Amino acid sequence: MSLEREQAKAARWFLTPALLLIGMFFFLPVVAGLLLSFTDFDIYAVASPDRVRFVGWRNYADLLESDTFWSAVRNTLYFVLVGAPLSVLVSLATALLVNTPGVKLQGLFRTIYFAPVVTPLVAVAIVWRYLYHPRYGLLNHWMEAVGIDAIDWLGDPRWSMPAIILLAVWKNFGYNMIIFVAGLQAIPRELYEAASVDGAGPWWRFRYITAPSLGPAFLFVGITTMVGFFQLFAEPYVMTQGGPLGSTRSLLLLMYEEGFRWWRLGVASTVAVLLFGFTLAGTLLQLRFSRGR
Amino acid sequence: MLFGAGALGCVGGGSEETTVVRFWAMGREGEVVEELLEEFERQHPRIRVDVQQLPWSAAHEKLLTAFVGRSTPDLAQLGNTWVSEFAALEALEPLDEWIEGALEPESYFAGIWDTNVIDDVLFGIPWYVDTRMLFYRKDLLAQAGHATMPGSWPGWRQAMEDVKEIQGPDRYAILLPVNEWTQAVILGLQAGSGLLADNNTRGAFAEPPFRRALQFYVDLFRAGLAPPVSNNEVANLYQEFARGYFAMYITGPWNLGEFERRLPASMADQWGVAPLPGPNGRSDGVSLAGGASLVMFRSSEHKAAAWEVVRFLSAPKQQVRFFELMGNLPARREAWQDSSLTRDSRVAAFADQLDRVVATPKIPEWELIATRVQEHVEHALRGTTPVDSVLVRLDAEVSKLLEKRRWLLARSQADAGRP
Amino acid sequence: MRSRAILLYALLLGVAALTLVPLLWMVAASFMSPGEATTLPLRLVPRHPTFENYLHLFTRLDLARNFANSVLITVLATCGSVVVNTMAGYAFGKLIFPGRDRLFRALTLALLVPAQVGMLPLFLLLRELGLVNTYMGALIPYMASVFGIFLIRQYALSLPGDLLDAARVDGASEFRVFWWIVVPTIKPIMVTLATFTFLSAWNDFMWPLIILTDSDKHTLPLALANLSGEHVLDTELMMAGSMLTVLPALLVFLAFQRSYMRGITAGSVKG
Repeated sequence: MSLEREQAKAARWFLTPALLLIGMFFFLPVVAGLLLSFTDFDIYAVASPDRVRFVGWRNYADLLESDTFWSAVRNTLYFVLVGAPLSVLVSLATALLVNTPGVKLQGLFRTIYFAPVVTPLVAVAIVWRYLYHPRYGLLNHWMEAVGIDAIDWLGDPRWSMPAIILLAVWKNFGYNMIIFVAGLQAIPRELYEAASVDGAGPWWRFRYITAPSLGPAFLFVGITTMVGFFQLFAEPYVMTQGGPLGSTRSLLLLMYEEGFRWWRLGVASTVAVLLFGFTLAGTLLQLRFSRGR
Repeated sequence: MLFGAGALGCVGGGSEETTVVRFWAMGREGEVVEELLEEFERQHPRIRVDVQQLPWSAAHEKLLTAFVGRSTPDLAQLGNTWVSEFAALEALEPLDEWIEGALEPESYFAGIWDTNVIDDVLFGIPWYVDTRMLFYRKDLLAQAGHATMPGSWPGWRQAMEDVKEIQGPDRYAILLPVNEWTQAVILGLQAGSGLLADNNTRGAFAEPPFRRALQFYVDLFRAGLAPPVSNNEVANLYQEFARGYFAMYITGPWNLGEFERRLPASMADQWGVAPLPGPNGRSDGVSLAGGASLVMFRSSEHKAAAWEVVRFLSAPKQQVRFFELMGNLPARREAWQDSSLTRDSRVAAFADQLDRVVATPKIPEWELIATRVQEHVEHALRGTTPVDSVLVRLDAEVSKLLEKRRWLLARSQADAGRP
Repeated sequence: MRSRAILLYALLLGVAALTLVPLLWMVAASFMSPGEATTLPLRLVPRHPTFENYLHLFTRLDLARNFANSVLITVLATCGSVVVNTMAGYAFGKLIFPGRDRLFRALTLALLVPAQVGMLPLFLLLRELGLVNTYMGALIPYMASVFGIFLIRQYALSLPGDLLDAARVDGASEFRVFWWIVVPTIKPIMVTLATFTFLSAWNDFMWPLIILTDSDKHTLPLALANLSGEHVLDTELMMAGSMLTVLPALLVFLAFQRSYMRGITAGSVKG
């Protein structure tokens, strides 16, 4: 029994640093952020704290009728709803590809596909900005070589978001690919062998063996990818500064602008809270959907 | 005088240690000023200037963040429309006592100097100036039957129509990028709008002066004289100007050098710079009082040394060198006597315009308001919404942004009224 | 069957090429002389490879300093994170104390909240602590992470309890048990955690952007973003800078590939 008391005492020592850090530098600020969204905390208040007022739901009401906010919501949803599924599909396809029985150098291909994941986003965003250059970019160069007209990727509001999605898919697909590969390798070989004996084709095998076995991986990948895609920031910050015409201003970029460009911390916190709301709603929706099946 | 001498004493005598002045400058200025300061450091062996370069796109937020984080430098270059913001935060050192015996306000352009004076207190020393003028194709204007650029709105509009006449359907008279707020604001100022009203506590955009200006502006687009495009949509400005895609363009001095370098040689004499036309004539053809100022931060512990840097960079000789190195127009009038400025008629034209410059409202919220002006005006240009209703909406939004200011003013008045 | 194999390898190689093109172009352009990358017809291989751009970065732009900042912040963050999270993860996984599971569940709630919600107040808090524009302020958010605790806990759960109990019965203190038995056994997952922290700290942009105001203190990605604003036209120089930022991350990944991948799947399987 004294061993257990001993353990409880040790646990306190082991846990204190982590809990203190997380409590102080994560939970406390998050709660404060929530409170801040009900105030008009701004640059005046930073200079002198008695200039802050409690404003109730006003920040929320103002944002909900602001065009800038809704355009940021639309841009973010565009990125999440097109980019995330696309990224997951590419991950799945490449996972199936590298995991095909008999492929040699599997490890090498996996490493190559994974490489973009570990590259710093800022650096590759800069590289891609040049790849997208209307005149000297490789992308247009090759498109013109096969007879497609050049596109001003980052300068044309219709193409700026697709351009950023393309970069994000390139950068991220390797991560989920690894998860899918692990999922695929956990499926017993015998299932496929038995199905082949029964004369089932590849599509049937995918539909009735592979897909159901990957179910949990799908849910995990779906949720984490969506959460990650909601946090779009560095790509537009480096490549377009939210332009052209605000077509790449994401919610997080809006939060950054309101918060750190204009120091309207109340409004910025409201954006952050609403972003959290969207993320949570998306997560719950996916959980509901996966249970429903 | 005493103040300055005391300050100098601090630098000269006392400790043997070197004082390090942290100086934040933006963009290319940051690179070039290091060259200028080599001489300064030779003259002042005990002062070392640590120049840090902020990219223009992030400068404003970096400075504010530094202020909030209590890590402002000793000295900084500030866009002169930002001075009021940092003054309101009480981040800046008042300079009235520092300039005594060192600098004369009279040696600066009055409109520019004024942007640095907030509620009768001086917070910045103009470093270089800029304003907007009309760059135009002389040859196209002449072909359209105008020997010189007209000086009033009606004449200007007529000239644009005549140019458009010879330009044909795919070319335009003027380029007014829809992602900039400056053009609409300049026209508003020319028409006599104060932009804001009631001690800068609400928008005055829906009132007659600004409405008239915006109507004039929007009509240029609706009549097909200006294309509704943003800067990004013009692939290469200089190429398009040379090709005649547009014949006029409102821009600033930084483009003097760019136009010279980037236009084909055959164009060299075909373009000119004209003062902005005004509603009734040149006399009310005002432009923006732009440029950058040098400011010292209140929290600085090396103000005396920082002030030496300000004095050094304000000397006419350094102002001329600065112009030669990167084309920034000197803030000091004396520098304009130098042959490197007088020999170029296009540069000299700026001196004329600089006598007619007006500041935008000197309140912290202005930068944010300006972005809203741009967004709403762009709506008017790209859509078919009547100017009136756009401006009413703009005023409503601006009024919301200024709510805090109204509250603060009311509160301080209430405090003052209390016995 | 042959044609199927050919198609398969063609696909594999095609995807590999698409994945590598941006990185290879970066490498090639970083060795070109100024202006070469923006000259038509486009070249994919430098005409006369040169180190000029790298030299420029280190001599005129002082990127070595930013490099050192990045290394310092990343290494300290990694060490801190491994120590703090390993202790906590082990405690949650193997030590018995009242309220353990409730506390752990509360902690996992944090995984749902994006860090950005608290970012603005965190800045104000660090200001009060005098940590704005300090290395300490830059590395605080990486020190303790719920993900890290989670990772260690999952692994620690599989430690045989008998082994620990035997040591305890022999009179070893909890700290001795931790240091002499637990740490050596869970080393692999600690390496995983270290690799994760290293890469996320090295690559991070938003937090250092906010907290580090002096360019002397900027990390490599920040310096790079700043440069890209002013030197948009210097393609080759920017590519050299990108290369310098990408390379350490890639090398660390290649060296600890197995550990890193294990972290990904460990996170997903029980997630």
